[in-house]
Amino acid sequence: METTTVNNNFKSEEYFINMGPQHPATHGVLRLLLTIDGEIIKKVEPDLGYIHRSIEKMCERDSYQQIVHLTDRMDYLSSHINNEAVCLTVENALQLEIPDRVKVIRTIIGELTRIASHCLWWGVMGMDVGALTTYFYGFRDREMINDIFEETCGARLTMNYNIPGGLMYDIHPNFVQRTKDFVKHFKTKIPEYDKLLTGNVIFQKRMKGVGILTKEDAISFGASGPVGRGSGYSCDVRKHHPYSALDKVTFNEALKTEGDSLARYEVRIMEMWESLSIIEQLIDNIPEGDYKVATNAVIKLPKGEYYQRVEAARGELGVYVISTGTKNPYRLKFRSPGLSNLSLLNHISVGGKIGDLVATMATLDIVVPDIDR
Amino acid sequence: MDSMKVYKLMTMTNEALQNLIGGWFPNPEADKVSEVVDVPETEEGSEKEVKAPELVNPSLLEFTEEGSQFLNITVQPEQLHELMSLLRENSETNFDYLFCLSGVDWGKELGVVYHLESTNHRHSIVVKVNTADRENPTFDTVCNIWETAEFHEREVFDFFGVKFNNHPNLKYLFLTEDWEGYPLRKDYVDEINMVIK
Repeated sequence: METTTVNNNFKSEEYFINMGPQHPATHGVLRLLLTIDGEIIKKVEPDLGYIHRSIEKMCERDSYQQIVHLTDRMDYLSSHINNEAVCLTVENALQLEIPDRVKVIRTIIGELTRIASHCLWWGVMGMDVGALTTYFYGFRDREMINDIFEETCGARLTMNYNIPGGLMYDIHPNFVQRTKDFVKHFKTKIPEYDKLLTGNVIFQKRMKGVGILTKEDAISFGASGPVGRGSGYSCDVRKHHPYSALDKVTFNEALKTEGDSLARYEVRIMEMWESLSIIEQLIDNIPEGDYKVATNAVIKLPKGEYYQRVEAARGELGVYVISTGTKNPYRLKFRSPGLSNLSLLNHISVGGKIGDLVATMATLDIVVPDIDR
Repeated sequence: MDSMKVYKLMTMTNEALQNLIGGWFPNPEADKVSEVVDVPETEEGSEKEVKAPELVNPSLLEFTEEGSQFLNITVQPEQLHELMSLLRENSETNFDYLFCLSGVDWGKELGVVYHLESTNHRHSIVVKVNTADRENPTFDTVCNIWETAEFHEREVFDFFGVKFNNHPNLKYLFLTEDWEGYPLRKDYVDEINMVIK
């Protein structure tokens, strides 16, 4: 341990402290080993694996239909998008022609999932910097989306609405109206969010100029999603590799160049507006047609390797399948956005204070099951 | 965009990438063979001449596009770090984003697969490296080229037992320190926790 003498009277000494695994600010069972000197952070080392379930090993045993159900349990806040990633991989490998209706519904629900995820993040973000009210506001609006999901999919969190070849059921008759109601409602709520938290002086002081990540580092650390875009790195998979109905809609990629905590915060707020815009463009034009195409009861992918990238709520999710032509994948790897985003926490928080670490980590929006797959 | 040098978008085709990257690692054997073929230059032997250059790979790297949407490069472990540095630094290829790093147990061999993309030129490539040494598989680290590799290589170390030379902090990321065996290898046995159908 390094010891430095200050003023000949006081000694300052580095020491270790455990943050987590049962700490509310780590958003799950994540343990951080902090090396600190007083309040100044010298090093942050994550200790992972508390809830590792080895989903990748289980996938090697399961059929492709079963794998879809495991993916909800990774990043549970963007479960629909995770399901979609696996289904797209299988459909592309089989070269299935998916009906337009399925593509549009998948995109609408995907964007609703993103809003729900950002709502929860916004609530927790406020709470991490000491504003408890945001938590209730965020959950109130997220509840409306969960009700829509419940009516259509039968589940509120782990949805399993996608199956290889389409959707499990058609949408509920109320789906369109309720979604429109939500969009109308939520458009009045985002300005409220801004009024309550974004413009708050204390909040601004906690966020501005803290946890700076440059664009070069963002790319080198493999940052994706709002974390990358807060540093001016154009990394939206929806723009660069569009899937489902995302090539039919127009939207702006939320980009900020400051790279600090506030930029990452503002990117997510901007993304909620963009998601609303995508939903509005599609909700009146859901094409008629089948909600799924028939697949074999036993799906066997042709021999080869397949890679599918999607934009989950936290960033780029990749599904890498190696198939030998049997009904199970030979190897399946999930490239989770969380692990890469967490790896840069040490880089951006060293030299700051412990209190800032909590706020910085909240802007990374970590979901631990996504890291511990 | 503001902080970085602005690159012109120059997406290379797989063929162009193959020609460029293959040229960095010429196969010394290829020249010898082509000289031998060139000597008996008769009109009758023209069919043989066409076949001969195809048999010998002009590069030490192996390229294939079969069964994958990307161009796949297979590289020997000794050349891995040099190739990766060149892929990152060369202004034409400029692969600055390592978007996936996976360990794979191919049965006899253990390997690591790197998925690379250029954020400036928007082209992608896959690099594969394999070793038949299952007792002590070792590759050079690439985490001094892409920072993201540090955590992902530790994940591969956990689950496949692949070691990485010059890695700054190579210890278990997910597993406990006293864990025995490498769970994602195909020959891993755990009779209590694994359900085998």
